[in-house]
Amino acid sequence: MRYACLIYYDPKKLFGGSPEANAALSECANYDEVLKESGHFVTAEALELPESAMTAQVRDGKMSAVDGPFMETKEMLGGIIIIEAPDLNEAARLAAGHPLARIGAVEVRPVVDFSTPPPQL
Amino acid sequence: MSEAQARAALEAAYRTEKRRVLATLIRLLGGFEAAEEALHEAFAAAADRWPRDGVPQNPYAWLVSAGRFKMVDRWRRQARLAAALPDLKVLAESEPELAVSEDIRDDELRLIFTCCHPALAPDARIALTLREVGGLTTEEIARAYLTRAPTIAQRIVRAKARIRDEALPYEVPARAELPARLDSVLRVIYLIFNEGYAATEGPSLTRADLSAEAIRLGRLLVGLLAETEALGLLALMLLHEARRTARVDAAGDLVLLEDQDRSLWDRRLIAEARNLIERGMASRRVGPYILQAAIAAVHAEAPAVAQTDWSQIVALYDVLVRIEPSPVAALNRAAALGMRDGPEAGLEAVGAAMERGGLDGYHLAHAALADMQRRLGRHEAAKASYGRALQLARQPAERRFLKARLAQLSARGE
Repeated sequence: MRYACLIYYDPKKLFGGSPEANAALSECANYDEVLKESGHFVTAEALELPESAMTAQVRDGKMSAVDGPFMETKEMLGGIIIIEAPDLNEAARLAAGHPLARIGAVEVRPVVDFSTPPPQL
Repeated sequence: MSEAQARAALEAAYRTEKRRVLATLIRLLGGFEAAEEALHEAFAAAADRWPRDGVPQNPYAWLVSAGRFKMVDRWRRQARLAAALPDLKVLAESEPELAVSEDIRDDELRLIFTCCHPALAPDARIALTLREVGGLTTEEIARAYLTRAPTIAQRIVRAKARIRDEALPYEVPARAELPARLDSVLRVIYLIFNEGYAATEGPSLTRADLSAEAIRLGRLLVGLLAETEALGLLALMLLHEARRTARVDAAGDLVLLEDQDRSLWDRRLIAEARNLIERGMASRRVGPYILQAAIAAVHAEAPAVAQTDWSQIVALYDVLVRIEPSPVAALNRAAALGMRDGPEAGLEAVGAAMERGGLDGYHLAHAALADMQRRLGRHEAAKASYGRALQLARQPAERRFLKARLAQLSARGE
């Protein structure tokens, strides 16, 4: 199964210059290699800060695009890794191994399998 | 060697060796987390090397060695990187003898006993055993237990943290400790079996898989540790399983043992169970599982309900009630007595069992009472007892059965 590991962090903390944060940052590239070596890696991208982002929305057929998001929350989505893992526990173990899990948090989301019916809410 | 051959060998090794490789790596690397990482690395290395170098003669030993090497190598690199973690450095440098020659079976037993450790919450023991020993995925366990995958995942994560934090030893318990620790293992397996067997709700297929998985675990355990009670539990599960198709009719309604079509019973499973019971009984140290299995075997071997050897069943219950006095065992003994000596004696025995307490909220106690009253022609009392049982019963199939009995009595009363 494929899982998306969504990496959230507080930029003030991650880029604040603390030795822990700097160590975590320097290990990030290495962790991609670890995942490649073990055969879990599918793809990964780090994201620029939200100040370089746009948000697009269509309402009543009209498109609006605003800059941002500028959310009040301190933690922001900063990167995505897609991995292939046999189950959720294995995916969670791999997510916990990411250096940024020590500074921020990594959300593990199963990638939708379109052969199964959509959820009923 | 062709690529396809190597791939087939690898897939076969994944199916048959994964659990044993993991069990040994946990011992060698000192924890679940490192072992799981190493396991994955080992199979990744095999996918790379086997097509080139050929399939090793002993895939288990190759995988253990490759997994351990990869992990120790990674720890070395990390230690250099962080210039920290002195204990890991020591481990990486000491290069302990790769104890592949040691009895692999001990590692599998260690894994089972650790997953069923009494220090873990009962729910966690089940989830951990199914995943680590049974090889089910978190998602499969969640589907079988009709719950969400993150719930099961958390249970497993917490259990592993507990094993690590409390430094639960990864070992086969010593003789003195064995009965109590084995009891926890057997309980976990039996709970898994019953979850799949008793449920008549939900996606029945996945639930039946749980019973099959429990039987597989039971066979594994018996292969590793031929203790009487392990043999007894496996025999008991096989005897239940042998009757699976006969216990529910086409409409999904429950069929009582006495009304079941005995030609549907799986004779092969019954013979296997009988064999296990004989092996277990030879030790002369009987316990509740082997006794329950022996009782189930007497039922299984009766060609018709009228030919059931009720005397033998009552005698076996007498021993069971003595070694493990429980309200339910006393109730079952009373019901068997009713079959041997007639409903009058049965009614008295069921009444006595209920007076000793612990059965008031148990629907089957009231149903047993109702059954004796019905056979004695005391229809009003029987109706009241069936009504009480119906109030307490939760399972749809059981409720339908009780309602049908009530309807029969009401029809007769008019």
